[in-house]
Order: sequence, then C-alpha cells, then structure tokens
Amino acid sequence: MATPELTGARIRARRTKAGMAQAALARAAGISPSYLNLIEHGRRPVGGRILSEIARVLEVDATILARGAGGEVLAALGRAVDIAPPAEGDPAPERDAAERFAADYPGWAALLARLEGRVDDLERRVVAMGDRMAHDPVLSASVHDVLSSVTSIRSTAAILVEDALEPEWRARFHRNVHEDARRLADSAQGLAAYLDAGDSIAQDATSPREEAEAWFSARGWCVEEIEAGGEVPEADIAALGPPGRDGLRRSLARYAREARELPRPVLAAALREHGLDPVALADALGRPLATVLRRLAQMPSETLGGPVGLVECDGSGALTFRRPVNGFTIPRYGAACPFWPLFQALMSPRLPVREALRQSGRDARPVVTWTAAETAPARGVAGPLDTRVTMLVVPEETDRDAARAGPPSLGATCRLCALPDCPARREAPLLGEAAFDKSVPPRP
Amino acid sequence: MADGKRVLLIEDEPNITEAIRFVLSREGWHVATHANGRDAVETVRTRAPDVVILDVMLPDRSGYDILTDLKADEVLRRLPVLMLTARGQKKERDMALRIGADMFMTKPFSNANVLAAVAALAAGRRDRSA
Repeated sequence: MATPELTGARIRARRTKAGMAQAALARAAGISPSYLNLIEHGRRPVGGRILSEIARVLEVDATILARGAGGEVLAALGRAVDIAPPAEGDPAPERDAAERFAADYPGWAALLARLEGRVDDLERRVVAMGDRMAHDPVLSASVHDVLSSVTSIRSTAAILVEDALEPEWRARFHRNVHEDARRLADSAQGLAAYLDAGDSIAQDATSPREEAEAWFSARGWCVEEIEAGGEVPEADIAALGPPGRDGLRRSLARYAREARELPRPVLAAALREHGLDPVALADALGRPLATVLRRLAQMPSETLGGPVGLVECDGSGALTFRRPVNGFTIPRYGAACPFWPLFQALMSPRLPVREALRQSGRDARPVVTWTAAETAPARGVAGPLDTRVTMLVVPEETDRDAARAGPPSLGATCRLCALPDCPARREAPLLGEAAFDKSVPPRP
Repeated sequence: MADGKRVLLIEDEPNITEAIRFVLSREGWHVATHANGRDAVETVRTRAPDVVILDVMLPDRSGYDILTDLKADEVLRRLPVLMLTARGQKKERDMALRIGADMFMTKPFSNANVLAAVAALAAGRRDRSA
C-alpha cells in the first residue's frame, strides 16, 4: 500500500543511494529543501508533478517511488518470516516494516527474496527426493523382503534354542530357518545390487548426472559418431531433461576434444605395443594420464580384453561420472569409501597412480586401479584450484596382476561394507554388525 | 496362561505365521490365521477374536485400510489391534496409532515382545469389559 511515509522513505533511500544531498535534490526538483524533508519523513503527501520531478532527477520510475518494492519481493519477505521463525530469545522480524525495509534497502530485500526462493526450491527437492526414496517400489519391496526373512528367522531360531521340541516340530522349524536364510541371502544380494546400480544404470536415472551416464551406457560407453569425426545429432541429446542435456553436452565436448587429441586408431596401435598400461601409453603418446584413462574407458571392450570401469570426482570428493564394472561397486547414493585411490589422489595428486586392491563384499573381485589428478586455477592464479580426479578400474579378467590383490582393504560405501574396525567408518552396514566380515583381521 | 483367549493373526508370511502361532499356542492362546487383506475384515467378524495381530503389508489390501474398516464398525471397533510392520518410521507408527491401533510393533520383533503385547491387549480388553 502506498503511504506518504513509505513513499518518502523510498525517495530518501534512492537519494542516499545516489549520493545526493537533500538540498541538491530539492533544488533540481524545484521545491524547497524543507519541503523535501517533510516529504521524506512522511509528513507531506507527494504525487503528481512533484513526484514526477523527483523521479526524473533520481532517474527512477515515479510508480516505483509511489508503489514501492514489487509485490513479489514483499510476498517473498512474508514467506521468509513464515519459514524461519525466530529462535528463542531472538527478536521477531518486524513484519509491518517489510515494505519500508524493501524501500530503504532494495538490494538486500531482493537478496532475501532470492534466498527465500532458493530455500523453497531446495525444500521441494528434498521432499521430492525423500518421497522418492520412501516410495521407491523396488527399494521398499527389497527392504520388506529382508525384514520379513529376518523376522521369521529370529522368531523361529528363538523357538529352536529355547524349547524342547517334538522331533517333528524341530524338523519343521529347521526347514523354515533354512528356507528363510536362503531367501534372506537372495533379498540382501538383490538389495545391495540395486543400491549399487551394478552394471545397469540405464534404468531409473534420478539426477542429471545419472541421465548422462545412462545415455553413455546405452551406447556402450563409446560415442561412435564422435569417434568417426562427426557430431551427435541434437535429437539424441534432446531426449534428456534440460539439466541432463547441459551436463551431457559438456561431457560430449570433452569427449570430442580428447578424441581429436588421441584418436582411437592411434590408441589402439599403442595398446597393441604396450598393453593395458596407462602410464606407458601416456608416455608413448605424449598425452596426460587422465586423458589416456578416459580414452581407454571409451574403447570397445573387446579391444581391452573386457569391460573396465571409470569414476571421476571433483575437488569436494563428489562423484561426477560413474561407469560401473562387475567386481567393483560404485555406490549410487551416498558417499563412497574414502580409501579409494580416487580420493587419496585428491590429497596427494601425484600418488599413487596404480594400485591392486579388492573391495569388501560378496561380489567384489580383485581389480587394478589407475588414478590421475588434474589441477588448474579456477579463477586466476590467486583463485582456488579446480581439481578433478579420474580413476580407471580394470577387473581381474582384464588385468592378471589384479589377482595379486590382498584381502579386502576398502569398501564401496559404509552401508555396504563389511570391513570390521574401519577407522573411516561413517555409519553401520545395512545389515547391522552381523554383516561384518569375520575373515578380515582387525586393523592394528 | 491365557486360557480360552482367541487371537486372529493376519499375516501373509507363512513362516512368521507359523512361529507366532506356535509361540502363542504354547501359552494357551487359540490362534486363527488369515493370509490376505482382501477379506480380512470378514474373517475378523466371523472369528470374533479377542485380539487381532495385523500386518501392514498384505496382498490385495493394506493393513491400514483393514484397520480403518475395523474402527468404523460399531462392533469390531472395540477389538484391540496389534499392528506389525517392516517399516518402523515415526510416520508409520503415527499413522497406525491415529487410525486406532492399540499397539505397534516393528519387524523384526522378539517372540517375548509379541506374547507380552498380546497378553497386555487382552487384559486391557477384559478390564474395559469388566
């Protein structure tokens, strides 16, 4: 609502912002300084020609001075008050003064409005993701199956332990436990595979990153159009949502650049000479190790002797690309194991580049990982460093040295890891402490 | 010993059903079972138990819907109901109690807890009837 007081406050705010003295504005607008002073303090109404003159001098639309901040900003400030009630002991926001605040400090008001919009957007996303997790039918069914089996085993085992049973009943309950134990194993395996995403991430992509990964997965991780020197048809990219499209375009631009720098036939010829040794290949070809790792993951599996995996992270440790491979689980949700060479390379970018290892878990296979970090100033020499790490994962079938990996030394993610006494553990395994791998000696 | 008391167990997992039935029967309860949600309310009406143990996730119909129907029935609404669920989130518990469940138990549970819950519900019913 336009009131003399608020209009005056807006005039004062604009004048102050423009660095203009009250007398100067009054003179330019053809009124006396004392009259402008009354207007600015809301003691005289202002409109018509005088308001137009003041607006002209201040280079602002007269309606802005008369009506104040946009209704959207005021509405956003009102919502901000609603969503963030003051903590105990803190003064409550002066709701009645919102328009005056917006008039006096339009920049801060707009910032608050933007933050309110951002909070609202993030809250919606959190609710949507929580809802998805809570109502994900596969996850829900898997968890229900696991808990049903555990319930049955617990009740039946208690009967078997505590009671002197007739032989017929004992045999019956033994059979039930056996059935449920098998079912539990199948359910738990299925649940873990679902959480890992395993080899098939093409279905049920839930984020722009997953959309882009699904796109690559559907093409066998090789983009033949680019390998042949062409471009990917826009229609193929347009099938993704807008955020996924943007990420995919960035990935394809890098793919195309690196394919030009290291064409497939050149890499294939070097592979025949040096074998699957990325360091030797990088030296021989004069290309950065990270580029060689990515280009190897873009080769047809038959050229390498089998499928390989690839993981990339940024300087925060967030996974930015996942190409899964059998035997090395890459978590779909949550943070991965901090002992991965991928993350170790963040701390010491030059070490280690090659490691033979084995994850904890039933489906884990020995693998060899090759890791390369790339670091560049993000905003000038004095700015922060933008660090990216790429890790190629070569399973035992493809790299015989991988078979020399010792006992499990790391996991996929805490929820799926059975390593006992892990100093880096953030949370208990999905199936509780009973899941701990008793064959692994505790850490010294 | 709960002599002559009748429990209706509505649960679709046969091995859970068998274990609970054994444990309750051993303590003198007469246990009837039912394995789907579709005609569960009719079974409650027919069996006229003293306590109902009701699983949430059932074939054809959810335990919440069955509980809602029981609580809407003039006669059946007084039956004490113990709800079992594999989902132990607070909102699940709140929903069950809001609809009218007398107790809520999360899987996996212990046999002793089920026995104690059924005994408490039956005793409460006797007290209310007295």
